[in-house]
Amino acid sequence: MSKLTVRAYIRERFFPHIWCPGCGHGTIMGAMIRAIHHLGLKKKDVAVVSGIGCSARMAGYLDFHTLHTIHGRALAFATGLKLSRPELTLLVPMGDGDALAIGGNHLIHAARRNIDITAIIMNNNVYGMTGGQASPTTGYGDYASTVPYGNIDRAFDTVKLAVGAGATFVARTTTYHVTELITILEKAIRHKGFSVVEVLSQCPTYYGRRNDFASAVDMLTYYKTHTIPLGSKKNAETPELIERGIFIQQEKPEYCAEYDKIIETASKGR
Amino acid sequence: MGKNLLFVQGNEACVEAALYADLEFFAGYPITPSTEIAELLAYRLPRKGGKFIQMEDEMSSMCAIIGASLTGAKVMTATSGPGFSLMQEALGFAVMTETPCVLVNVQRGGPSTGLPTSASQGDVMQARWGTHGDHAIIALTASNNQDVFAMTVEAFNLSETYRTPVILLLDEVVAHTRERITLPEPGEIAVVKRLKTSVPEGTDYHPYLPREDGRLPMSDFGGIHRYNVTGLMHDMWGFPSTNPKIVYGLMRHLVDKIEGHTKEITRIKAFDADDAEFLLIAYGSSARTALHLVRNRRARGEKIGLLELQSLWPFPTDAVRDWCASVKCVIVVEMNMGQIYHEVTKAVDDASKVFLANQINGNFITPTDVLNFLRIIQGRGV
Repeated sequence: MSKLTVRAYIRERFFPHIWCPGCGHGTIMGAMIRAIHHLGLKKKDVAVVSGIGCSARMAGYLDFHTLHTIHGRALAFATGLKLSRPELTLLVPMGDGDALAIGGNHLIHAARRNIDITAIIMNNNVYGMTGGQASPTTGYGDYASTVPYGNIDRAFDTVKLAVGAGATFVARTTTYHVTELITILEKAIRHKGFSVVEVLSQCPTYYGRRNDFASAVDMLTYYKTHTIPLGSKKNAETPELIERGIFIQQEKPEYCAEYDKIIETASKGR
Repeated sequence: MGKNLLFVQGNEACVEAALYADLEFFAGYPITPSTEIAELLAYRLPRKGGKFIQMEDEMSSMCAIIGASLTGAKVMTATSGPGFSLMQEALGFAVMTETPCVLVNVQRGGPSTGLPTSASQGDVMQARWGTHGDHAIIALTASNNQDVFAMTVEAFNLSETYRTPVILLLDEVVAHTRERITLPEPGEIAVVKRLKTSVPEGTDYHPYLPREDGRLPMSDFGGIHRYNVTGLMHDMWGFPSTNPKIVYGLMRHLVDKIEGHTKEITRIKAFDADDAEFLLIAYGSSARTALHLVRNRRARGEKIGLLELQSLWPFPTDAVRDWCASVKCVIVVEMNMGQIYHEVTKAVDDASKVFLANQINGNFITPTDVLNFLRIIQGRGV
C-alpha cells in the first residue's frame, strides 16, 4: 500500500468545506478516503452518489466520479448507474433525513434487491442544512426547531430497518470510533451486495445545542460512553447502550449479477 | 415486406421504435394505460443485452434512467398522469444536468386518479411547466401507430441532439388502438448516436462547456474522465456556482439550445390546409377525429383543412401563425380545457377567429362532436 495522501482524493479548490466547526461529517469523509485507499481502489473505479443535505456536499469534495442528485433519491440514481455500469464501486453517503424520511422507500428497496452499493447513513439526528428540524432519528423527547415542546415521534432504529429490509451487510459505528469506522467501511465496500453503514455523527450546531450537549467534544464523549461493541458481556446489563459493530454479513445473490443471468437466459430466446 | 408488417397497439409501436432507436435501459412502474410498454420491454430488452428494472415508484424510475443515461446508455421510462406528476422533480434534474432521456406519458383523465382508462389530453401544460423553475422542454405527440413509431425514434434523436429530456405525450386512445404498422428497415430512419467528447484520458474534460454550436459532447460517467454532476446551478466543470454571470449563462444556454431551435424541432403535418378557409388544429388521437372530419367535409366541397401538431413544445408559434394567417377561422380540437387553444390564440394575429372544440368527459372526441362545434361557428346550428 502506498503512503496515504488525503489530498490526492479531494478537490482542494472547493475547500474550505461548508460543514460547521465540530461537525462529524468530515471525519466520515476522511474514513471513506482511508478505506478506499486501504482497499487499493483507483479513483476512476469509484463513484459517489449523494442526495441533498449537509451529507450530500461530500460528493463535490471528493475526486471520484461524483453525482449530486435530489433529496432522498440518491439510491434510485445509484441503482440506474450501477445496473448500467456494474464495474463501478458505488458509495452513497446520505443524511438521516435523506436516507430514512424522504428516501426511506428507496433504502428498503435497494436493500431488498441486494444491489452492490454501499449506503453510508451519516446520522446526526437532525436536518442540518435547513437549520435544525426534527428528523426520523431525532429521539423521543428530544428538541429541534420543529419540535419546540419535545419530540413525540419515535426514532427509527436504522440497523433494524436495514436488517428487516434484507440488506446483506449492516453495521453501526460512530465518529468517535474512527479506526473501527475505517475497518467497517472497508468491509462494507468489499461486500458484494447492499451494505448499510450507520455512522452516528455529531451535529453540535443544531442537535447538540438544543439537547444539552455543550460542544462537539461532549457529543463525542457521549458516543464513547453510551455505545458498546456488539456481543460484549456488559451488553446484557446495560441495554440502554447503543451497540456498535457488524450486525449482518451474509452472501446472497447480487442484483447486477442476477440480471446478467437474465440476459443470458433471454438471449437464448426462451 | 410481409415480415415488416405488424398489427399492434400504440404502446407496442412505441416499444418497437425505442428498440429501433437503440434503447438500452428502461426503468418504470406499472400504471394504466402505459403498462404494456414496461411489460414488453421487460421481455424484449434483455434479449438484446439491454436492462429493464421495475422500480419502487415513478420518482425512482425517472432517477434510475438518468443515472443509466449518464453512463452512456439510451434510456426511457413510461408512465401516465399520477406517475408523470411524481416524475417532475427528477425531470427537472435531467433538464439541469442536460441528461438525454425519453419520458413517455400515456395521458389519461385527470386530475388525481381521474379516469385511468379514459381518453384525455390534459397533461400538455404539465409537460411544459410541470417541473419547477424556468426551463425549456421538448414534447412530441402522435395520432396513429406508424407515427408513434416515427415520433418515438424522433424523441430519442432530439434527446441526444439537444442533451435534454424529451416527453412523448401519447394518449389512451392511441396507446390502446390496434392498427397496422410497417417496421422500417435498419437505417431507413436515421438514429442519432450520442455525441461523445474527443478529449483523451488524462486531459481536462469540461462536461458543461458548450461548443461553438451550443452542443456539449458527453463523456460516459464512470469512464475515463472524472467530473461532477449536480442539480445546482453549475459552472463548466459541473461544480456548484452562485456567480450571477455563470447562472445567467447557464439559464440562457438551457433555454436557448431548445427555444432557439424551434424551427428544427417543429414537426407539423398539414392536410388540405393550403386553400382552407376553416383550419382545424389538433394533435394525438384528436387529430384522427379532425382528419376524419376534414376528409368528410372536403368530399362535400367545403374548404376545410387540418394542421396536425406532432411537436407541442417548444410551441411552433411561427409556423402556426403562418398557417393561420389567411384562414377565416381556426378550430383547435383537443381533449382538455383548451391547453393548446390558448397557445394558438397567442400565436395568431387575430385571436377572435380561434375557437375551441373540446371534449372533457372521458369519451373520445368524435367527428360529430367537432362537426357540431363547426356548424355553430358557421352559424348553421346543430
